[in-house]
Amino acid sequence: MEVPILKQGAVLIATFQAALSDADLNHLRMGLVQQVVKFRSRAVIVDVTAMDVMDSFASRTLREIAHMIRLRGAETVIVGIQPEVAFAMVQLGLTLEGVATALDLEEGLAYLNEKFKTTN
Amino acid sequence: MAKRDGTSISPEPMRTEEPSELLRELVAHLRQNRTQLREEWVVRITETRLLTAMTKEEIFAEATSVYDSYVEALETEAFEALQAYARNLSERIIPRGVETHEVVGIVLLLRDVLARSLFAKYQNDFKKLNRILDAYEPAANRIANTVAVGFVQERERVIRQQQEAIRELSTPVLQVRERLLILPIIGVIDPQRARQLTEQLLRGIRTNRAKVVVIDITGVAAMDVTVANHLVQTVEASRLLGATVIVTGLSPEIAQTLVTIGVDLGKMNTVGDLQGGIEQAERLLGYKVETLAEPR
Repeated sequence: MEVPILKQGAVLIATFQAALSDADLNHLRMGLVQQVVKFRSRAVIVDVTAMDVMDSFASRTLREIAHMIRLRGAETVIVGIQPEVAFAMVQLGLTLEGVATALDLEEGLAYLNEKFKTTN
Repeated sequence: MAKRDGTSISPEPMRTEEPSELLRELVAHLRQNRTQLREEWVVRITETRLLTAMTKEEIFAEATSVYDSYVEALETEAFEALQAYARNLSERIIPRGVETHEVVGIVLLLRDVLARSLFAKYQNDFKKLNRILDAYEPAANRIANTVAVGFVQERERVIRQQQEAIRELSTPVLQVRERLLILPIIGVIDPQRARQLTEQLLRGIRTNRAKVVVIDITGVAAMDVTVANHLVQTVEASRLLGATVIVTGLSPEIAQTLVTIGVDLGKMNTVGDLQGGIEQAERLLGYKVETLAEPR
């Protein structure tokens, strides 16, 4: 399943669909980092609004994506985690530690703006 | 058997009826004498001082529909339909203050009134009376059971609904500034309330687009390990929605519990009291509070 990746200036926005298989996630992990390299992006926003379930594999993959992207000097923000999903995740101990999160795309962009302002 | 001259000899030898035939016979009798039996039943209800919360007209109206449903259940043996009817009836009369013993009482009275009328009808044929009762009693008992169970189920449903309402009322999520929510918790938190609290908070964060939440537990005396873990989970789940949580008002006992269970205090943002918590939240959100003039 193709995950649409849009470019907004120095930020890439990847919108996850509802049912991503493990294979899809693996594919994405490589694909996103490659895009960051290609466009010299400074940040990636991963929008998981459409995901109504987040298992441990998806959670781990998101952390790995964030770490790999940080190695390229870019920031990752996960946005759109639904309340029910957040609740289920913390009960399973999946906390996405070390990865920035925001309520939605708008908040994610605002967060990045602040960050770029202060680091410039 | 008729002789050719038109006279007949003794009646045919008795054959034993099928149970379903007996049931049909007694249902027909109960239908034929509906008005009289129903009236008798209402009289017995009033005599026994049941359904005192209802007026005579209301009792009569309900009695009519209960009587008809009773007889229909005898006839069709459709007990699911009867249970649905009982729950429906309960939904109407529970708010009127009708108690379980009253509902069971009136159904048993109806059973008695109808049984007596069967005794009267078949009093000259003891064997047949016994067969009729063999058909009637199991069905009548099952009806009494079904109605009682339906009533109790409806009561339990109402109680659960009320408990849910009380729980929601007691943990309000309040917006005090743009992007700032306060969750004041008072009283005892059990795991169920803790869970409900978390769900309400997360929904509130999304609806109000909150960036900071102050959870005040000044009003909570003690917390066991399970609930303390729930609190930590609430903080983590809120972060996943992009909100920072500040916990205020921890009593010495609760502080001890948290340290004992080894909560990573680096993950938890705590401030002494609610005032301090709100002030820190305002700083995080970029608010500055200034006195413009003397208070009047």
